[in-house]
Formats: sequence, C-alpha cells, structure tokens
Amino acid sequence: MLKLYDYVLSGSAYKARLMMAILGAPYEAVPVDFYPGNEHRQPDFLDLNPAGTLPVLVDGDLVLTDSAAILTYLAGKHDPPGTWLPAGDPARLAQVVQWLAFSQSLTATAGAARLHDMINRPLDVEAARAGAHRAFRELERHLTAQAFDGNAFLVADQPTIADIACFPYVALSPDGGIAHDDYPAIRGWLDAVKRLPGFIEMPGIHALHEVRETEPGVVAMAAEAG
Amino acid sequence: MSETVEKKDPARDEWYAVGISADLRPGEARETILVGEPIDIRREPGGAVIVSKSDGRACPVRERYGHVWTSIGAPDHDLFAIPEADQEGRVLVDVGAVRVRCSPLRAVENFLDIAHFPYVHTDILGAEPQTEVVPYKVHVEEAGDEVWATKVKFFQPQAAKSAEGGIVTDYKYRVPAPTTAILYKTCPPRPGEWDVITIFVQPIAEDLCDVWPWMALFDEDNSLAELIHFQQMIFLQDRSILENQVPKLLPLDPKMEIPTRADMTSVAYRRWLKRRGMTYGAQTAAA
Repeated sequence: MLKLYDYVLSGSAYKARLMMAILGAPYEAVPVDFYPGNEHRQPDFLDLNPAGTLPVLVDGDLVLTDSAAILTYLAGKHDPPGTWLPAGDPARLAQVVQWLAFSQSLTATAGAARLHDMINRPLDVEAARAGAHRAFRELERHLTAQAFDGNAFLVADQPTIADIACFPYVALSPDGGIAHDDYPAIRGWLDAVKRLPGFIEMPGIHALHEVRETEPGVVAMAAEAG
Repeated sequence: MSETVEKKDPARDEWYAVGISADLRPGEARETILVGEPIDIRREPGGAVIVSKSDGRACPVRERYGHVWTSIGAPDHDLFAIPEADQEGRVLVDVGAVRVRCSPLRAVENFLDIAHFPYVHTDILGAEPQTEVVPYKVHVEEAGDEVWATKVKFFQPQAAKSAEGGIVTDYKYRVPAPTTAILYKTCPPRPGEWDVITIFVQPIAEDLCDVWPWMALFDEDNSLAELIHFQQMIFLQDRSILENQVPKLLPLDPKMEIPTRADMTSVAYRRWLKRRGMTYGAQTAAA
C-alpha cells in the first residue's frame, strides 16, 4: 500500500493527495507535525528524507521525496490509459516536464508568500509576490492561447500531471496576498481542474458550489405559474 | 489638560498569549508585536521568561495553557481560569499561531458562530441540508464578567478527530477575555466530559492578529500530529473567510448590521465589548 507522509496545509502534499484521489489510488496517510512541531527536522524523519521536506511517498522500498517525481510515479502506475503522463508522445511528454519545472517557481514565490503570511515565516514577501505575478503572467498568456484553441488544460487537450503540479500554489495564492483578479484565463483553468472527477479540497481551496437539481415538482409548479 | 501617560486602556490592560512555552528554550528569544507595541520575549538560562518593551521596561508574565502570556499595560485581574487544563488524562495540544489579516475581535466572533459550519467546514463540522441553528441560551455571567452561550446543539458529520460518523454535538461557548474564546463540546470517547478547544488571539494591529489555537482533549487514539492537523485544517478554512470580511473592523454600533436569532452570541459579545470600552479592532460609529 502507498504511504504518504503528509501535512494538511502543504500545497505540495496536496498535489499527491489530489492525484491519488483522481486516480482512485488507495493510500495510508502519515501525518507529520511540520508546524509548530518541526517534526520534519527531527532525526527519525531525516532518516527517511535527509532533505527534510514534505511530502514523501513510500511504496515498498521506493522512497520519493519530490512532488514532481511522486506525480510521475502515481500516473505511471495508476493510470492505465496513460493520459496523465503521456509517455508515448515525446512532444506532449516534454511539455509536461516543462510545466513540472515551472511549478517549482510557483512554490518558491506564491508558496513562500503564503507561508510568510500564514505562519510568519521570515521572507522578503514583496519580492516573492512580484515573482509570483511574473509567473502568473506567463501562465496566463499560455492558458489564453490554449483557450483560443479550445483547450482547458496546460498541455494539448487533456489534463496531465502538469496541471496537478501547478494548480495548488496558484489556487492558494490569495492566502499569501496574491489575488486572481487580473488573470481571467487562470481563473477558468482553476475551475476546470475543480471540475475533474475525483477532485478534493484542501483548506484554502474550495470546490465549486454544486448547482442542485431542482425537484421535478417545483419545475412543474414554476411552469404552471409561468 | 494634558493626557496622563498611563491612561486606563482595556486593550492594553489585558493578558494576551504571545508564544508557545515549549518553543522558547532557555537562552532563546523572539520578537513580536502586541497591540501595536514591539516586545521582546526571552527565556533566561534559569527558566524564567522575561518580556520587555523596546525601552527596556518589563511586562508582567504568566505561563499557562501551553503559552506565554503578557500585557503591555497593567491588568487589574489575573489570567482567567480554565479548570479543565489541570484535569488528569487530557491531551494538551499547542496548535501554533496562524496569522490572519483581520480584526482580533472578528477572529473571536467567527469562532463563536455556529451557522457557518455547513458552508465553511463542509462535511466536517456541518453539512447541507442540516443547516438549522436551533435556539440556544446566552448570558453574561456576572461573577467573572464572561459571555456564555449554552445548550447549543448542531448536527456534525465529523465533529472531532475521534468521532466516527455523524452525531448531534452539544456545545458551550465562553468568552473569558475580549480576545479569548473557549468552546466546550461533546467528547465522543468520554460521554459526560467536554473537550476544550480555545483560540487565544494576539492583537498585532487593529486589523492583524496571530491566532493561537489550543486544545485540552480526551483522545487516546490519535497522534499529536493528527490532532494538530485536524485543528489547523478547520482554522485555515476560516482564515480566507476572515480576511475577506467587510468592514475590516468589528462594528459595535447596533445600527450597522441586522442580526438573526442564530447570532445571539455575537450580539452579546459586541454589547459586552462596548460596555467594557474594548474598542481596539472595533468600529464604534457607523462610517
């Protein structure tokens, strides 16, 4: 069984939780007291991951400590059609890898600003926010071009692990004082990810509110009244 | 007439949590801001905690409920009591500060509100369509001058980390100080006892605060990390709502907002603040 060393407020841990939820992969969560306990800096945890970072995914003898590597493994193993990680299509695969690399700049800017604002981590927060806006403009331009081609996601015409890698720290950025107001294409993309079957929330990321089916009786009455 | 230097000010003359006791080891220090004033907190090699202002003047200190408490004024009362803190068998959980860009009073008021559970803590502390807040009792306890809400009942899909499946949870709320709220709730593994969940709010500015949640629970099944994660998940769901409330400051003028019956605790809290002259973080007249 997959084992995820997890922190509930971590956007990176959420990437793994979200991917496993979408793929329907069962796993065991091991909560790590990242804050305030600093458990990820204690000897037991450093034995598992000397870098002292979360999340960590363990499958038998395999230990993965990087969220892009975790997404690659999960999609490779638990998505038989192979659309989340298009390994058979070099052009698509290369674009996925490119966005996985891009996602690191989101963690370093928008993700860092969030930790600063939320748990008072020391940081030049204005520089982090400016960096986040630069990254968001790049993302906005790409998603606008995708939307012109009728595509809702980052790579070609299907959701991939690139979307899962970039989604959390963009969605969570208001927690760090970075609003989405200037980025209409990004807002549309966030909604598209939220509409994926199996989507789950985390604190700070709310699901789209369900539009409830109106009861047939009510419709009939409304029709009569009209 | 010139103003006296040490004028009575309810916001200054109050006790506030400013750090987790266990995080401050001998010889360590940290700086923070309390009610707009920078303070320095350090633990002497001998173990005593010293809090001082930038001019070097010492502030009163208490270490209780897992936290360091201090005041930048002169409190005329001791820190309030939480008798359950000393009860044998409880797990005491320091959850850690969460910074929120909101009025300290809004953070307390949100904690006292039950009606938001199904919408903000969906499928955990509440769920549609069970959104009704049944009538409950609110009173100001004269002896301690505290706001209490009692006989609160609410249906919850997962009331606590130790709860399996939905239960109707009984609640009591208590406001022993302007920026402290305590809730007592049904304790699934130990009927007859109440779990104690608090927020200690440290005002930094009128529209900025550090919130220190703290819990005293009966729970033998969950690890400390699991209990901390559960409470952080709940509080972080509130944070984005709190940061978007308008107006930023809590309105104390009754003409400003129209409360419903579910808001009785909030109404009593606002009146109580007004009577005490606690206006730091409040809006006293319609803008």
